[in-house]
Amino acid sequence: MGCIEMLKPQVLLRGISFREAREYIESSCDECYHFQPGFRLFGEYIIGVPPIAVGIMKDGSVVFPYTKPCHGTFVLRHRDEAEAERVRKLGREEVMRSLKRR
Amino acid sequence: MSNPDALILMGCPEVPVQMSLVLYLSGALRDKGIDVFIAGNPAALNLARVADRKRCYLGRLIELERTIADIVEGRRYFGICFAFAHNDAGITYAATVRALLPESKFFLIIFGRNAEELAGTVDFDAEKVVERAVHNPLGLRKKIDGVLAWAV
Repeated sequence: MGCIEMLKPQVLLRGISFREAREYIESSCDECYHFQPGFRLFGEYIIGVPPIAVGIMKDGSVVFPYTKPCHGTFVLRHRDEAEAERVRKLGREEVMRSLKRR
Repeated sequence: MSNPDALILMGCPEVPVQMSLVLYLSGALRDKGIDVFIAGNPAALNLARVADRKRCYLGRLIELERTIADIVEGRRYFGICFAFAHNDAGITYAATVRALLPESKFFLIIFGRNAEELAGTVDFDAEKVVERAVHNPLGLRKKIDGVLAWAV
């Protein structure tokens, strides 16, 4: 069992495509940041077609895609204010980097 | 210059042609003197272990998440990658590895009942090998032979 499953996160959506997960996170979360594969969340490298959307809710929950080979993609929600703050900080840095590249 | 290591990325093992083709491809790459690493979830890895108990064809078997961690953390690099996918999750894993190995030769083998439709969803750089194969691996084997002839 992976680290993320051991957190027992809330399952918001299941059995969807990765694109549907991204669209849901972008449209439903209070804040949304985008990352490249290699980004680590709750100790695991997140799987995904870049850009990988990760959302933050006002209560400090992190909303993110989680893909398993035989079960498709899920959208999970787990409250962790420290991790939410880390996502926010790294997400803003990612935005700054992409602006500089233009 | 020595041969680059090759990665074979297995998807969910529920479609029969995958395991047969993984064994075939791994054996063919090894015949060419290439070190082969095969990544999959525990079910796929166990199917491979049982199918080739004397390791005549398989390369080294590694767990999927560990493979990704090894690439991200710079412990391993693959100059060639063959990713098998028959569903959206397989494409998602392939896209992840593709993004982590942008300089590699990357082949995406798409199979299963919805192969053509699935191939249409791929929007990253990969040489696609597509066949609506479920039980019969011969069509894909022929296409893989074609790839091996010029790419490796």
